[in-house]
Amino acid sequence: MSVAETQACIRVRDLTMAYGSFVLQSELTFDVNRGDIFVIMGGSGCGKSTLLKHMLGLVTPREGDILYGQESFFRASDARRESMRRGWGITYQSGGLFSAMTLQENVALPLQLYTAFRPGEVADIVAYKLSLVGLGGYQDFYPSQISGGMRKRAAMARAIALDPEVLFFDEPSAGLDPISSRLMDDLIVELKESIGATVVMVTHELPSIFAIANNSVYLDNRTRTMIAYGNPRELREHSEQPVVRQFLSRSAALDIDEESA
Amino acid sequence: MGERAGRDAARTRLNCNRRARGKQPVRECTFIAYPCKLSALQLASTFVSGMPRSEPELVVTENDSPHVHAAFRGDWVQGQACESFDTFRQRLQGRQLTQLTIDGAQLGQWDSILMAFLLQCFNYCREAGIEFQAQGLPPGAQRLLDVATAVPPHTTDESAGKSRWSALDPGELWRSITGSLSESLGFIGEMALALGRLALGRANTRMVDFRHFCYQAGPDAFAIISLTSVLVGMILGYLGAAQLRQFGAEIYVADLVVIGMLREMGVLMTAVVMAGRTGAAYAAQLGTMQTNEEIDAITTMGVSPMEFLVLPRLLALVVIMPLLTVYANLLGMIGGGLVAAGMGVAPAQYIEQGQGALSLTHLWVGVFKSVVFALLIAVAGCRAGINSGRSSAAVGEAATAAVVTAIVYLIISDAAINILFQQLGI
Repeated sequence: MSVAETQACIRVRDLTMAYGSFVLQSELTFDVNRGDIFVIMGGSGCGKSTLLKHMLGLVTPREGDILYGQESFFRASDARRESMRRGWGITYQSGGLFSAMTLQENVALPLQLYTAFRPGEVADIVAYKLSLVGLGGYQDFYPSQISGGMRKRAAMARAIALDPEVLFFDEPSAGLDPISSRLMDDLIVELKESIGATVVMVTHELPSIFAIANNSVYLDNRTRTMIAYGNPRELREHSEQPVVRQFLSRSAALDIDEESA
Repeated sequence: MGERAGRDAARTRLNCNRRARGKQPVRECTFIAYPCKLSALQLASTFVSGMPRSEPELVVTENDSPHVHAAFRGDWVQGQACESFDTFRQRLQGRQLTQLTIDGAQLGQWDSILMAFLLQCFNYCREAGIEFQAQGLPPGAQRLLDVATAVPPHTTDESAGKSRWSALDPGELWRSITGSLSESLGFIGEMALALGRLALGRANTRMVDFRHFCYQAGPDAFAIISLTSVLVGMILGYLGAAQLRQFGAEIYVADLVVIGMLREMGVLMTAVVMAGRTGAAYAAQLGTMQTNEEIDAITTMGVSPMEFLVLPRLLALVVIMPLLTVYANLLGMIGGGLVAAGMGVAPAQYIEQGQGALSLTHLWVGVFKSVVFALLIAVAGCRAGINSGRSSAAVGEAATAAVVTAIVYLIISDAAINILFQQLGI
């Protein structure tokens, strides 16, 4: 691997996230390297999705900064932010597909907005992107006419429409059966490998964390900061924090209390 | 690496194109994730030289056999004159093809255009029973092709689709009218049953909801009702005064305003405002609940959505509308008085004359209408909401339908009530 390949793509520095006077997480500092599949983990309500929203620039941090490459997103100009966002593909927890548009129109929208493809080419590319997520032939379906798992995949097709450099997934495999969930993991790896994207995702699915993630951060609910950072497979065995080992090995809460007592 | 640089260049090209077309405001070219690979200097040089591109072409080797070998040459990226699949298919037509080999060994840069082309080739071969082989493709492209072709495309049953002209088919039209009519009847019948259960004290209707909706429909609407009714009173006053002055009978403005407001305008204006304000809100609330599967949740808890959701809204409107109507009548009469004063009728005279015209019958006519209108608005709103589809567009349609049907109902029923009262001599 060259130096360029391992360079940090997203740097989070001393980030404090708060809603009003309620501090959700503070002093988060970590790097997402280029080509990583990076997982944000933690118990319910610890701020995983909020962290993702900060990374997407939807919420302004209370303190600290998030750098893309060398540049701060929050201090960038509006035009600059827009062009940064163009390099991202995002899926939301419930898909975020436009319900008044067919899958064809949903996936074609970013292509029409931001590229100079001819209409015929757009249709071909939409067909290709939908085939990538296993939804070839579903162009004329509305999101309400397909199943939840298919909606997640369709949202993924829209996210990769512009061949983004960074992919953000919020719970991509939540609510899917184990087989679909496994296929989703394979799809994420394939996409990452073939379009060379960096993937940042929020998930609780342990099998998928161990199968595909190579870097992660664990947000703790009690101390309200990150308590682990690194490859989840190593964290499971060697983390100093019992709660992280517990989370990753899915063991009962009892032994943790004993250890920390 | 080379492939990646190619993609970057493609993006640069894209941005240049966009500038040239003036489609977007000028913005700097951006490479957020690859600051290391292309320095600003390199970028600038890319702009100036335009980066040499080789023309994309597809070389089909004619060997007079059913095996066709097609080799990609050059750069298959966006902005290049890439051959479309349709043209390629035409070139293939007329041959007894049994095997198609795609060769990517001499391929330059590539992006989604190439992938879309390959996928079409693959699907064409699958449909026509031709053996498809890909060789020499860049590893990334080969992997993507494998992923994209893992699941055969879904085929829809053509006959299932509705034709564009089905709306004009008389049979279809008749079915849709009778369908919506029977649906309305069903809704009203179900509502009547729920009301019956409520009267017997066996309905799952919560008092809290009822109070909440009363507040939403009543006090929250005071400001807008005040404004509209004062203005309507003034309009009636002007209208009457201008005509009556010709006969020197300005004083009868008071009769006109009082009777007009009590019997007709007060209640109608209130109803129109409530249809837009509350009826639409009911449709949007229930439509969103339908989208969120909340109505399914209520049904599976063994609670009738009619009792739990529709009745509190309906009752709140039925209770609040008469009160709002009386309030509107009062303000309308004051508005008429203001205009009359401007026309030279003294307030005392106006009140004196108005009292003569004021009768309980007129008041009851207005209040009776308000109850009827309240029922109609609530039914139109709740029915549209409950029957809404499960998408954001459907919720919008439900809200529109609620207001439109409510206003149509209002006008028709108002006319019917007026004719009825005329015949009855009330």
